[in-house]
Amino acid sequence: MNIAIASGKGGTGKTTLSTNLAVLFAESQKVVLSDLDVEEPNSGLFIKAELVHEENKFKIIPEWVEDKCTLCGICQDVCNFHAVIQLGTKIMVFPELCHSCYACSELCPTEALPMIPKKMGVLKHFNQGNLSFIESRLDIGEEQAVPLIAQTIQYVNENFLDNIIKIYDAPPGTSCPVIEATKDADFVILVTEPTPFGLHDLKIAVETMRELKKGYAVIINRYGIGNDDVLEYCNKGAIPIIAKIPNDRRIAELYSSGKLIYNQHADARRQLEGIMDYILKLNQVIIK
Amino acid sequence: MKIAFTTKGIYWDSVMDSRFGRTEFLLVYDDEIKELTNFDNRAISNEAHGAGPKTAQKLYELNPDILITGNGPGGNAATVINQADIKVFIGASEMTVKEAYEKYKNNELKEF
Repeated sequence: MNIAIASGKGGTGKTTLSTNLAVLFAESQKVVLSDLDVEEPNSGLFIKAELVHEENKFKIIPEWVEDKCTLCGICQDVCNFHAVIQLGTKIMVFPELCHSCYACSELCPTEALPMIPKKMGVLKHFNQGNLSFIESRLDIGEEQAVPLIAQTIQYVNENFLDNIIKIYDAPPGTSCPVIEATKDADFVILVTEPTPFGLHDLKIAVETMRELKKGYAVIINRYGIGNDDVLEYCNKGAIPIIAKIPNDRRIAELYSSGKLIYNQHADARRQLEGIMDYILKLNQVIIK
Repeated sequence: MKIAFTTKGIYWDSVMDSRFGRTEFLLVYDDEIKELTNFDNRAISNEAHGAGPKTAQKLYELNPDILITGNGPGGNAATVINQADIKVFIGASEMTVKEAYEKYKNNELKEF
């Protein structure tokens, strides 16, 4: 079962929730945690595990072969992303802008733009007891997270059975990387905070999940700050709130020192156990 | 010599556009024939990706010797501009085209 932890607003606690939930699951069963925030993965700061596998990840981009080119200009006309541009008697390719759609390469009448692999990042696989942790990291200068997110999910699907709980720590926001990170999820958990900013971005995230036709629920983190508007919004929209993690300086201190909270904070642990039960019930429904 | 400006209008007293890729207009001044021409680049707002190289390609076609702009082109656009052998001067934001041109002539703009 695939559970994506997303948020809309950044800094609401996606990683805190993902890492603590994964380690809690690992106390009793096999679980996979995958950090899909490939532009700035940080789950790994909290997970102490042994590196068992590492591989480079590539995206496929066109490479101009000058000898074959007739400068017809079809390539730049069909590129939606201006990743291929004709300058006088030259064709320039911008690998960071390329979405690997193959249009220029396939439609080139003289095969002057063959597709070649270009390294975009690294995937690492760690193990610790019941926990497998998969982290991908985009290379500096790479602009697109989506291809690496897609390949990371593919790696998880190829290496772990369907019936294992898989927790995906998604990037913040509601743009392409989040769509990629959540579109194959069986269920999405949206982490928010009870503030006007939290509510504003939660609404956008909820609309996104409705568009994707995903099952979703909300977790309110730092509960006790701000106001009741998030509660009212969820109640009105019949959106389940499956946990309220209290605003507590102790949690922030643990987080700031790179420590997990699941075994250090009784109330937070109760909330995490509630989330775990919720997921296990969902899993039974899905299996049936 | 031809000098290009990134601008929000088509006159000497129009305001400079500090952006390169998403500039609203490219103004080109030919100081030999004292003529000011313009290219309307506003369609670029419909482009989600690759505004820098696209505008740089247009600049390449306009073929100026100098570009005067605000923040300066990003990496992809700069690659194209390098191919075109155009000298770029930056820092011309929050001023009219005329003021930017005078600053350039007085060597008050930074070369990119």
